[in-house]
Amino acid sequence: MSGNQILSVDRLSMRFGGIVAVNDLSFDAERRKITALIGPNGAGKTTVFNCITGFYKPTSGGIRLTHDDGHAIRLERLNDFRIAKLAKVARTFQNIRLFPGMTALENLMVAQHNALMRASGLTFLGLIGAPSWRSAEQAAIDLARTWLDRIGLLDRADDAAGNLPYGDQRRLEIARAMCTQPALLCLDEPAAGLNARESAALSELLLSIRADQGTSILLIEHDMSVVMEISDHVVVMDHGLKIAEGTPRQIRDDPKVIAAYLGADEEEAIAVMESGT
Amino acid sequence: MDYFAQQLINGLVLGSIYGLIAIGYTMVYGIVGMINFAHGDIFMIGGFIALITFLILVSFGLTAIPLILLVVLLVSMAITALYGWTVERIAYRPLRHSFRLAPMLSAIGMSFVLTNYSQVAQGARVKPVPPIITGGYTLHEGAEGFVVQLSNVQIIVVITTIVLLALFTWLVSNTRLGRDMRACEQDQTMASLLGVDVDRTISMTFVIGAALAAVAGMMYLLYYGLVDFFMGFVAGIKAFTAAVLGGIGSLPGAMLGGLLIGLIETLWSAYFSVEYKDVAAFSILIVVLIFLPTGLLGRPEVEKV
Amino acid sequence: MSAPPADQTSRAPGAAFILKKALISAFVALVLFSLMIGVRTEAGPQGQLIYWTRFDDLAAMVAAVFVGSILMELLRQWWGPVDTVRVVPASVQSALSLVGRLVAPVLLVFTFLVPVLFYNERYILDLAILVLTYVMLGWGLNVVVGLAGLLDLGYVAFYAVGAYSYALLATNFGLSFWICLPLAGILAALWGVLLGFPVLRLRGDYLAIVTLAFGEIIRLVIINWQSLTGGPNGVTGIPRPTLFGIPLSPADDGLAALLGIEFSPTHRIVFLFYLILALALLTNWVTIRLRRLPIGRAWEALREDEVACRALGINTTTTKLTAFATGAMFGGFAGAFFATRQGFISPESFTFHESALVLAIVVLGGMGSQLGVALAALAMIGGFELFRGLDQYRMLVFGMAMVLLMIWRPRGLIGHRAPTVFLKRSQAISSDLVKEGHG
Repeated sequence: MSGNQILSVDRLSMRFGGIVAVNDLSFDAERRKITALIGPNGAGKTTVFNCITGFYKPTSGGIRLTHDDGHAIRLERLNDFRIAKLAKVARTFQNIRLFPGMTALENLMVAQHNALMRASGLTFLGLIGAPSWRSAEQAAIDLARTWLDRIGLLDRADDAAGNLPYGDQRRLEIARAMCTQPALLCLDEPAAGLNARESAALSELLLSIRADQGTSILLIEHDMSVVMEISDHVVVMDHGLKIAEGTPRQIRDDPKVIAAYLGADEEEAIAVMESGT
Repeated sequence: MDYFAQQLINGLVLGSIYGLIAIGYTMVYGIVGMINFAHGDIFMIGGFIALITFLILVSFGLTAIPLILLVVLLVSMAITALYGWTVERIAYRPLRHSFRLAPMLSAIGMSFVLTNYSQVAQGARVKPVPPIITGGYTLHEGAEGFVVQLSNVQIIVVITTIVLLALFTWLVSNTRLGRDMRACEQDQTMASLLGVDVDRTISMTFVIGAALAAVAGMMYLLYYGLVDFFMGFVAGIKAFTAAVLGGIGSLPGAMLGGLLIGLIETLWSAYFSVEYKDVAAFSILIVVLIFLPTGLLGRPEVEKV
Repeated sequence: MSAPPADQTSRAPGAAFILKKALISAFVALVLFSLMIGVRTEAGPQGQLIYWTRFDDLAAMVAAVFVGSILMELLRQWWGPVDTVRVVPASVQSALSLVGRLVAPVLLVFTFLVPVLFYNERYILDLAILVLTYVMLGWGLNVVVGLAGLLDLGYVAFYAVGAYSYALLATNFGLSFWICLPLAGILAALWGVLLGFPVLRLRGDYLAIVTLAFGEIIRLVIINWQSLTGGPNGVTGIPRPTLFGIPLSPADDGLAALLGIEFSPTHRIVFLFYLILALALLTNWVTIRLRRLPIGRAWEALREDEVACRALGINTTTTKLTAFATGAMFGGFAGAFFATRQGFISPESFTFHESALVLAIVVLGGMGSQLGVALAALAMIGGFELFRGLDQYRMLVFGMAMVLLMIWRPRGLIGHRAPTVFLKRSQAISSDLVKEGHG
């Protein structure tokens, strides 16, 4: 595994006032693999995500992202939009954050902003309608169309994103993140609120993203069926600490994990145990 | 040094007036989350009502100054409070759950209405009154003949402010109404589920804010000896600056902000230039918002992702 | 009152309720107006304040409120719930949308013909120029408020910068209008960036109040910096525009002489009309164009969700700055036009009222809708002119209209949004979904 991590979190800590949300957390995410971050509510998973994607500045510790060409970027030194733009880390949100008043297609076009800005000569070429801009715009529409097709929303391309059903919005948000052509895709509870059929479709989508785009995925998830089915590696957190790490099979049998879930929420613990049998 | 001391006194008195207006802004912003653009004009209306009441009382032959002041204060507070209530009822309540810009424009419209209403009703000319309260104390006589004075008007302004502020702080922290206000500030839906009459509480917030603005209007009249229909605009912006400077939503903050703005304005006029005193006040607003967006005593806002 | 009781309960409240409500309203009015209207104060001959009573006016006002309250209540019952808009049948709606699509071209053609139709009516031409100036200002501010969702209450500052740029450059250095016009736009945009850079991370109402303060600062500086700006007296003798160097004057080298026609002062008015029409259409064209470019989409995305924008790698600061600068530039153009049209400018033309008026036009138009803004400008400025005879009551009526319009249509005349790109067909997006921004 040495040398093939895309993301390496090193002794990350995050404090809010007196509360320690994340405490000395270290883990790696492998390239072209799906890494799951699980744990009971309040374990600090979303805080880790917010540190990785630059919405919070970690109190201490480092986060290193290594691109395919070996170029490494210290994420804790970049802030907000630069992580998405330069480090190519895309994310979704626990409570969906689409642009509700824009169409599904427009959402995917906004995601290609940086590439299109370059193509439009910082707007000036676009303003005069230069041919190079027109072809770039068409390419962007085609990319969006491809993704709409993959998530099964081609027919609803011209509907307002806010009008789509919940499950469609979840998938659209993933497609939007993918339209930024990321190296690492961070998904914050992508299966939350989905029914069994939608969850299965989601698993399929994520596996196909890994296979076809070669995108590395880091996800937070409560739905154990999804986690156990698609993850290559699982990191378990509780109260800001890493309590276990390993393959889904190892995690399922780890007494510490079961105890953490039992202490937190019986149903979730049962879900962890049942998901393998 | 004496000059500075005198400016300090003047600044604190002016600051008290700003502070009283700022409380109205801060409360309304805290509870409904909007800038009540018409609040400056409510202050102006308060000044006018105080002036008219005073004229009537004097023409009736009343001479006991303390009695006159008390009656003027009460009448002006009562009627101005009704103005505050009416403004909320007409212009803001129908837009309570509407889009954010709608109540703001409605408030700007209401501000135009009040300004021009008093221009139409009372004429455009400045209304001067002879000094009502005279006399004062000489605190210190400098070597070059410069005298530091504390006039009786200044004493009255400061004492009234302190008393009202104390009364009001007690009201918010110890009464049912105050508790309802704080509940609505946190979460209106939850408050209404728990049996708080949200409409009434918001109305009361406007009423109290307007009553305090009326006091400020009367103090302004006593201190400067004049009112005019346009005085609400600039005073309103400065008081809002004070509310932001102190930390919006915080009552002591509003008072502190008011005092600071009063001091800055007075000292700027005294040492730099009178023409640019408003520019100084507005620049401070911008600087404060950039470097200290939550104000001096405000709570920091955490961005939720 | 002979209606059966069941009917009464199912219908809106009865006469007793209306009467009670009217009585309360009248009582409130009595208290409110008692001193402000019932008593009139004025400085007497010796400077001493005197007062006299006007109980007849007071009684009239209270009676008006009483009757008005009854009428309002009856109207409300007759009108029914406000949501009638939603139950309009589909056929009517599609007919309406067809009419809606025709409004813009018809309006445009009509506007082009205004100088032909009203050639001899100077008043109408002047009014049309005024309306077009506000249409342009509205379209300029629409970029900032409607598209990017940034609340700007100091837009008049950029209008002032544009006007003073042209006035000072032309009177001091003798530069022509056509050189100054772009300069005025650039200077205004620079000021937009200068102001925007520190304040754009503020959100919502804070941004509004800072821009308001900025507008006031500009005005106060203009008033007080007398050596440069002439202070409250303003700048006079601002050169009139030329048709690319050919003056519109009775002189021998004037346009009329060159064309061999008789000179008429109306020529200049017509020229100014087409000048502002061209400027406004330029604003409109650029805005429509920008909306379909990545920058314009980023503006709208910013209005929808700033956090999501950042997660997609969009630099929100520069995006906001470009919106601010673009809006400011159009304001600067409009300012330069204002200066050349008036020939005289003073700080009085650049008060907060102007900012509020332009903002009202944008919001009433329906945020982001170009046609809505044009219609709102026509309604507001035209309506304002109708009340010219009312003199001092004009601003009072204007303020009331603002309040009532907001209550009537909080989302403006045209609330829905048209997508900037589509695969199959473009369908309007309901205003309920469109956000209005945080900053």
